[in-house]
Amino acid sequence: MDIKILGSGCTNCQNLERVTRAALAELGIEATLDKVTDPSEIVSWGVMSTPALVVDEVVVLSGRVPDVATVKHLLTAH
Amino acid sequence: MLAAAAVWWALYHWNRPFWDWAMYDSIGLAPDSHWGSGVHFFFYDVSKIILLLSGVIFVVTVLRSFMSVERTRALLGGRREGVGNAAAAGLGVVTPFCSCSAVPVFMGFVAAGVPLGVTLSFLIASPMVNEVAIVLLFGLFGWKITALYIGSGLLIATVGGAVLGRMGVERWVEPFVFETKLRGKTIDPSLGMSWDDRLQMAREEVASILKKVWPYVLVGIGVGAGIHGWAPEAWFAEHATGAWGVPIAVGLGIPLYSNAAGVMPLVEVLHAKGMPMGTLLAFMMSVVALSLPELILLRRILKPQLIATYVGVVATGILATGFLFNAVI
Repeated sequence: MDIKILGSGCTNCQNLERVTRAALAELGIEATLDKVTDPSEIVSWGVMSTPALVVDEVVVLSGRVPDVATVKHLLTAH
Repeated sequence: MLAAAAVWWALYHWNRPFWDWAMYDSIGLAPDSHWGSGVHFFFYDVSKIILLLSGVIFVVTVLRSFMSVERTRALLGGRREGVGNAAAAGLGVVTPFCSCSAVPVFMGFVAAGVPLGVTLSFLIASPMVNEVAIVLLFGLFGWKITALYIGSGLLIATVGGAVLGRMGVERWVEPFVFETKLRGKTIDPSLGMSWDDRLQMAREEVASILKKVWPYVLVGIGVGAGIHGWAPEAWFAEHATGAWGVPIAVGLGIPLYSNAAGVMPLVEVLHAKGMPMGTLLAFMMSVVALSLPELILLRRILKPQLIATYVGVVATGILATGFLFNAVI
């Protein structure tokens, strides 16, 4: 699984990364996790509300930091 | 939900009697001593502000979950300057927006064809007319001050954005901003959420904002309590009411980085000591509207000339507001 966290590196983006790593660990999924901080690239994903979560090239969440359960749900639903 | 609302109301209602009892009757502090009134003010105000904040942020987040910058951009696309500036200022107040997203929002708006001046109106209004400030002002000073605050904030954002748009500041925006293309499909975070999602999001938001602002609230109220207990009113009457008060307040507010919740206890206590409301509102607006961290972020896409002009235009608007309020109230 290929995961990207879009965000400028602010607190919320770090929180999203932490929550996502926790969700991956609980699900036992192997994944690569990249952080995208370049604003041009973030905007080109169609995202304006950071942080955003991209799973296998699809934006699944934008503009908030969810709890671990929500991220687990998003990852398994994908 | 109803139970939570009832508990909130009860806590808010019994807050003053409780601290009166705990500080004066139980511990035996004297209400008219410096220590007594200062310490009482600190505990009473900390719990009051925290309660107000939790309630306000919860309700506002639920309401705002129906709005998004994506929807705002769709509403603003193709608007002309003028009407567009006013619309952007109004939408800036109701759209959920974190200053950490200022850069992608700016680029996303420009890439979608929203005029630069209209985009700037949005960016000015969004932090300046702050929902937390609105509710706290209303709770502490009543609707007149609140209406003046909202009205002048919207006016500054509308006129400021229009002026910057007219100045042709495109040359002061980093060129790559105009080259950004939207390839991904835009997802609108306000769509496809259930009520449970919205309530859950509001709880998360309350927790995350409280976690972020509590040091500011404690420092603000701590300084406020010190002033409340010790600073003599005569000193303020003599030193803080002059014509220089407003520019000094704005100058102090720009580098100070706090938020409405941290500034409001200070505003409350300084007002009680006789500092003019216009000066205090100018101070609050410059603290929340012009923040150094946001300007540093914006520097990635805006040249220093535009940053300086932006600060200049907004600061001028705040100064005018301060002088006007001092003359009117």
